[in-house]
Amino acid sequence: MSKATRPPRGTGTSLRDFPTFTAVSVAVLAFLYLPLLFVVGYSFNSNRVVTVWKGFTFDWYADVLGNDDIQRAVTNSLRVAVVATVVSVLLAVGLAIGLIRMARAGRLLAWGLIGAPLILPEIVLAIGTLALFVQLRMPLGVPAITLAHIAFCIPFALLPIRARLRGIDLAIYEAAADLGASEWVIFRRITVPLLAPGIVAGALLAFIISLDDFLVSYFLAGPGGTTLPVYIFGMIRNSITPGVNALSTMLLGVSIVIVTFAYLLTRRKR
Amino acid sequence: MDGRGIDSRGMDGREVNRRHPAGSESDSESDWSRRVRPATPGQGTWLAGLPGILFLGLLVLAPLVIIVIYSFLSRAKFGVGVKWTFDITPYLDLLYSESLAGGRAFDPTYLQIILNSFWFSLITTVVCIVLSVPIAVWMATRPAAWRTALVFIVTIPFWTSLLIRTYAFVIILNDNGPINGSLQFLGIIGSPIGMLYTPFATVVGLVYSFLPFMILPIYASAERFDFRLAEAAYDLGANRWTVLRRIVVPAIRPGIFAGSLLVFIPALGSFLAPELLGGGKTSMIANVIAAQFGASRNWPFGAALSVLLLVISMLILVAFAVVARRARRQQGVNAWESLL
Repeated sequence: MSKATRPPRGTGTSLRDFPTFTAVSVAVLAFLYLPLLFVVGYSFNSNRVVTVWKGFTFDWYADVLGNDDIQRAVTNSLRVAVVATVVSVLLAVGLAIGLIRMARAGRLLAWGLIGAPLILPEIVLAIGTLALFVQLRMPLGVPAITLAHIAFCIPFALLPIRARLRGIDLAIYEAAADLGASEWVIFRRITVPLLAPGIVAGALLAFIISLDDFLVSYFLAGPGGTTLPVYIFGMIRNSITPGVNALSTMLLGVSIVIVTFAYLLTRRKR
Repeated sequence: MDGRGIDSRGMDGREVNRRHPAGSESDSESDWSRRVRPATPGQGTWLAGLPGILFLGLLVLAPLVIIVIYSFLSRAKFGVGVKWTFDITPYLDLLYSESLAGGRAFDPTYLQIILNSFWFSLITTVVCIVLSVPIAVWMATRPAAWRTALVFIVTIPFWTSLLIRTYAFVIILNDNGPINGSLQFLGIIGSPIGMLYTPFATVVGLVYSFLPFMILPIYASAERFDFRLAEAAYDLGANRWTVLRRIVVPAIRPGIFAGSLLVFIPALGSFLAPELLGGGKTSMIANVIAAQFGASRNWPFGAALSVLLLVISMLILVAFAVVARRARRQQGVNAWESLL
């Protein structure tokens, strides 16, 4: 920017800046992150009362990791998340491909169904699925939770896969077909490898969304299907100790690491 | 995620269009207008989407249908499930309660909760707009490298557990939590202010839960805005406030609309913030629904409340769609896609 176009009044800041916006932005960023930092910080508190600081300790992590109920909840969460991820990614790849070739009406229907879990109030989906399973006489527990998770993991798996698919140069397909490749060979040898980063990113996002879900799991857990967030909710309701913070910190850490990977994968393309 | 500069977009778009004529480039909007495209080898068939559609039909559509059916049935004897006889009592229960004598009297309990939910969601949306406009515009005016990083930073909380984010405020707003602690330490207050388990705590939790949903769509609009227009306005003698009010805010209005939708609707159906922070005194619709499928054991009434929540959400969605179509001058802001 040359001197001539500098702001007529103002203090040497750019014309694009508005007063107080920087301060508000910093405050908003602090508002977004400070609460999480408090959760993490108090997980090292040696006092049983979370918010009264006594001293630094790792004991709560050992305490939590050695707890049988928590281990079971973690196992349940992982079983749900892994299966929900694999199935939702497979369905999302099919949907991404199918959407391109669908007629207008089909596409509308498909987008409606894909978007519904994002727009609908989660509580309605949760109790609706509960009612469906009770009506079908299907037992509650890990399989029920998994089925429900697949539904709302699909949109998150779909976004990066679809973005990747739309970036594929059709000339590559044509070249392959000219050289005698069948549809299946093209899919396996060209589409899938080119989609791979999108598929991995979609899988990572689906995995976190499933791992972090509370409400749907809460209604579908039944007696043996307690997942980690459902367990944490119980701890918050009953007795809050820094153990809740230790568990929360670990769950936060997993989410942040995974989303960072997903982000790096989708960013490289641009 | 979108950290591209304003100038590179035109070129970028043209290039992609040439390379991928059949792929719909911009957003779903151009998808709709197009008929079935001629097949290119290797593109696959629409049948690939069938398993996904069938699955979602069973696990998204069927639950909604069942909820609607349940809302017209009677309560089961032991509370779990329903009795299969037609009954509109669940809807009457929204406004009337049955007295011991068997007569019905107007009872505003649930109406009050529904109005509360509206009120909380409205305040949440307004607070989110006020906080988001400055940061979104600020983000959009940073150098390209910053912008990408900032979008990511704002996105991260969305990908962390809502339960934990809500729990964070149980700690923070606690009587001996950090806020009360520091205020007492500074001598501003003598005894702790009871912030937890109040409507205030619920709204703070709701704002915190949904703030990224407001920032990202507004940012997406602001990022498309050509700030040379603002510079031109300064040249013509406008001051900063005028530029903000007359140039910038109208340009980011589509983002504000999209963000309001993405904040208001989930806020209206919120369960965790009122449950953990409101402490039972400030129930919202979702808490009442959850109670009907839990301790209260009145599934048809819970279903009727769910139908009400669904209908309200749909009406808001349609209203926003109509307003947004009018307000949309540039490309549509596909807010969900702006999340990643």
